[in-house]
Amino acid sequence: MRVDLGANMETTWPVLTVLTFLPLIGVVFLLLIRGDEEVVVRNSRNVALWVSSFTFLISLLIFWHFDPTVSGYQFEDRGEWLSRDGIGYHMGVDGISMPFVVLSAFLTPLAILASWHSVKFRMREYMIAFLVLETLMIGTFCALDMVMFYLFFEAVLIPMFLIIGIWGGARRVYASFKFFLYTLFGSVLMLVAMLVMYGEAGTTNIPQLAAYAFDPSVQTWLFLAFFASFAVKVPMWPVHTWLPDAHVEAPTAGSMILAGILLKMGGYGFLRFSLPMFPDASLYFAPLVFTLSVIAVIYTSLVALAQSDMKKLIAYSSVAHMGFVTVGIFTMTEQGIAGAMFQMISHGLVSAALFFAVGVVYDRLHTREISAYGGVADAMPRYAVFFMFMMLASVGLPGTSGFVGEFLVLVGAWQASTWLAFFTATGLVLGATYMLWLYRRVVFGKAEKAEVIGLKPMNSREIFIFMPLTILVLYYGVFPTGLLDLMQPAILNVIDQVTGVATADASIGGAN
Amino acid sequence: MISAIVFLPLLGAIGAGIFSLTNNDKGGFIVSISAMVLSMLLGWYGFLFMAIPGQDVTVPLTTWISSGGFHVDWALRYDALTAVMVIVVTTVSTMVHIYSVGYMSHDNAKPRFMAYLSLFTFAMLMLVTADNLVQMFFGWEGVGVASYLLIGFWYHRESAHTAAMKAFVVNRVGDFGFALGIFGVFALTGSIQLDEIFAATPNLVGTNIEFLGMSLPALEVVGILLFIGAMGKSAQLGLHTWLPDAMEGPTPVSALIHAATMVTAGVFMVCRLSPMLEFAPFTLEFITIVGALTAIFAATIGFTQFDIKRVIAYSTCSQLGYMFFAAGVSAYPAAMFHLTTHAFFKALLFLGAGSVIHAMSDEQDMRNMGGIWKKIPVTYAMMWIGSLALAGVPFFAGYYSKDMILESAWAQHGATGQFAFYMGVLAAFLTAFYSWRLLIMTFHGKPRASEEVMSHIHESPMVMLFPLFVLAVGAIFSGSMLFDLFVGEQWKDFWRSSIMILPEHTAMENAHHVPKLVKFAPLIVGVLGIGLAYLFYLVMPGMPAKMARLFRPIHALFFNKWYVDELYDAIFVKPAVVLGRMFWTKGDMGTIDAYGPDGVTSLVGRFSAFCSRLQTGYVFHYAFAMLIGVVALITWYARGFGG
Repeated sequence: MRVDLGANMETTWPVLTVLTFLPLIGVVFLLLIRGDEEVVVRNSRNVALWVSSFTFLISLLIFWHFDPTVSGYQFEDRGEWLSRDGIGYHMGVDGISMPFVVLSAFLTPLAILASWHSVKFRMREYMIAFLVLETLMIGTFCALDMVMFYLFFEAVLIPMFLIIGIWGGARRVYASFKFFLYTLFGSVLMLVAMLVMYGEAGTTNIPQLAAYAFDPSVQTWLFLAFFASFAVKVPMWPVHTWLPDAHVEAPTAGSMILAGILLKMGGYGFLRFSLPMFPDASLYFAPLVFTLSVIAVIYTSLVALAQSDMKKLIAYSSVAHMGFVTVGIFTMTEQGIAGAMFQMISHGLVSAALFFAVGVVYDRLHTREISAYGGVADAMPRYAVFFMFMMLASVGLPGTSGFVGEFLVLVGAWQASTWLAFFTATGLVLGATYMLWLYRRVVFGKAEKAEVIGLKPMNSREIFIFMPLTILVLYYGVFPTGLLDLMQPAILNVIDQVTGVATADASIGGAN
Repeated sequence: MISAIVFLPLLGAIGAGIFSLTNNDKGGFIVSISAMVLSMLLGWYGFLFMAIPGQDVTVPLTTWISSGGFHVDWALRYDALTAVMVIVVTTVSTMVHIYSVGYMSHDNAKPRFMAYLSLFTFAMLMLVTADNLVQMFFGWEGVGVASYLLIGFWYHRESAHTAAMKAFVVNRVGDFGFALGIFGVFALTGSIQLDEIFAATPNLVGTNIEFLGMSLPALEVVGILLFIGAMGKSAQLGLHTWLPDAMEGPTPVSALIHAATMVTAGVFMVCRLSPMLEFAPFTLEFITIVGALTAIFAATIGFTQFDIKRVIAYSTCSQLGYMFFAAGVSAYPAAMFHLTTHAFFKALLFLGAGSVIHAMSDEQDMRNMGGIWKKIPVTYAMMWIGSLALAGVPFFAGYYSKDMILESAWAQHGATGQFAFYMGVLAAFLTAFYSWRLLIMTFHGKPRASEEVMSHIHESPMVMLFPLFVLAVGAIFSGSMLFDLFVGEQWKDFWRSSIMILPEHTAMENAHHVPKLVKFAPLIVGVLGIGLAYLFYLVMPGMPAKMARLFRPIHALFFNKWYVDELYDAIFVKPAVVLGRMFWTKGDMGTIDAYGPDGVTSLVGRFSAFCSRLQTGYVFHYAFAMLIGVVALITWYARGFGG
């Protein structure tokens, strides 16, 4: 599956490896910073921002050279690591992982910029955590070896756990504990499943595993084990309750990354593992996934309506939006999966922006209670515009990226079952209800409280963070084809693997 | 040129939006109005020199969404149906833009207002030029958002942003149906492009699909679903509740969006889809019945209300009902005809009402008006013209279009057509009655406003009166001038392929040959209604109160809008909130958390101790220790496993 361009890049420099571990070089620099407190704070912010921005540039370079007409992996990069056992260092991206790699590299500098003044202590460690997190996120999406994937995927927990547990709000310990417990539960089962797969197929290479035909009865168990891990990450109902708590306690930047990238790892996992490796089980369990997803859409939308905390409301909305994603993936139609992918990218941008929007006013009034606001539009007109735009993108207004994903998912859903389309589409109405309700209570109305009247307008740093997010959401709402075309070959691959169950070639080559 | 018509208002909106950052009122006015005027001139040019000679064009722009067989283009379609909508939208919009210069003169966010108006116009033009259902949906939701922004324009007012949200959410219920309809159409025909759908439709007659566990005729299912979208946007019975509340927006908004253009989008959609709906007889009957019921239902509420704008709003709702039942009996040209004339006279009425409200220091309650006709004679005359047209008095615009609708309903010779006819005649009586009730209560009798208000009453400035004159010309002449073209002798040559009517649906042809009584019925009831209004409100002013007492339960039902809002509140809104709270406290916290993570409470103590220790040391030490530990563990384990 090696392509010219990928091979070409490979001979010059292992670009994905560089991309993945570049942030760690920043960490080294951060460790070397000496001086008094103020110097350390200033320098560590700058180093983190520069390193993550540079990482983003490299990711753009890769994106630029990515050939959207090719269905296989590109920029492949192999190394020796336990290779005699069929485990290898193997990196590569295809149309499914490429957008996530860029998204991770894009959101990290914005998250760092978002914490410019809001982090009050241990700035150096905070920035280290974010750079390590970036390495792990990019690694998760680039890894083409199951063991590597597992390491990256699980290790992501550690910096995020620390970010919430140390720089979080009042109940941060409870939240990070809950976060850890849930994900640990899933990961243990996934590890066991991976060992079984290794024992069976004799390799941990993801492309080879995808081509290996597991016995349908084994598939069922493997599917469930992976499902436990991915469902928690997405999160799907009823294993979603860690998310609202984690979001509420996490610092703004933590929420941006959590909602923007971490949740997508679950969806990515379904597309990378569950569907291609366990096609029979995926078909078998699709109705279960649909049921859970529809419950997620309706149940969490209603719960979002009952919230009085801004972040909690948006967190619950994330669960509902990710419900669309799981519906789309398991329709196993081209539109459904493309829609799910698009929805994940779009939600990555929109939810990051929404959590940042909460952070902007939180930095000023230090409360997330919706009732503490009202009439913010007077003091912060530009904020009202950005927030409005993102709110509309979140409810899937045509012309924003949110629409494309939701609509394609529903096109796929109708083909799977009209019931599914009907119940999922209720999210269109419910989503509008809670988002408009939130916006109304925060931004509209007459500002009566002295603190709200005296709110400082957005500064240029804050506008600078909103700007690229807004432009992308609009751009991908009007011209989504570029991204859809880029994903298409890889999506068709996945569908082939599911539908071609009967004719799958069981033979696999040796490791490397 | 078509692109210019559509995108000029967008440029105007962006321009005005930029000027709103610097609060540059003049800049905002100039850029938005000049873009609109240009767009309007091009629109008329297109109507006269392209649509009438029969020149249809489709301007492809670029691909929008493409995934497998699901392919959506950005493309502008221009045919007779679009051309009519374009002149209606651009003309009324331009007038409203100009009028707003005067009406909003005391507001401190003028450029923002103009930006929203232009944005609305852009979205509306995207809707009417849509070449496929998804682009129509784009315009559809776009006008919804613009409407939301404009209703909530005075966002300080609780009632304004409540109404704005209600409008958006109720419209979303309709859009829910619309969206499902689009998915259904795609599943059936493999396309969302209009021509391809229409080409595939005749083959689908007799095809059934599985919908929510039932096997139903495919075309009827998608037809009804799409029509639910139209019901939301056009405020038809059941999804009408947002329209009266939408009167919270500034009056020019009501004229543009909630009278002349956006609310007629549903009628346009039904006409646009005529090549499909013609093969869905049940859907057509459903449309007829919903339209007829809305016509009468809204009229019964209209004649009991006291807020001048709400009366006109219910009147709009009722007139939209006429348009729908016309479309339902396959008299699409009649529906489009009434849509056009209605746009002029209803916008005139709204802007006239705005002029009254402006004169009376923002008073909207007709009980606090009266005796002001001498002080604002021009406005008074304009309101007369609007009311004459609305009531269907001969030679005014509404006379031609309403008669045509009622005649074609009769001429359908079916049960639903008959039902629609009788409902329509009854509603025509009420229309005439409430129109004159409005005129008399507002302008005649003894002044009921305070001295203070009375002393300030002044005629509106020229910038507000000029648009009234233009619309008045439309309200007087549009009926007689467009009659032949739209529904008279030339209708087939004019609409051509933009509207498709099956040969066996003969309402249009037969409408011109109906009994005399049918022909004169609307006129007779119109005169009766006007006469009764004079009797009740001028000759015997005590009568209305007496009648209200006499028929107390019925009056209460009408006055309280048939309690629909209360009903919805009880069955949708309240349960949703209660359920949400219950799911949260009982579901998430009470069940999932209680038996899940919190159940493992014994861990908490140790864990928090661990956490507090973390905070005293160097974080990265621990992070790395954990990372390395995991790597080591896996490596060791994997080696052991592998051999």
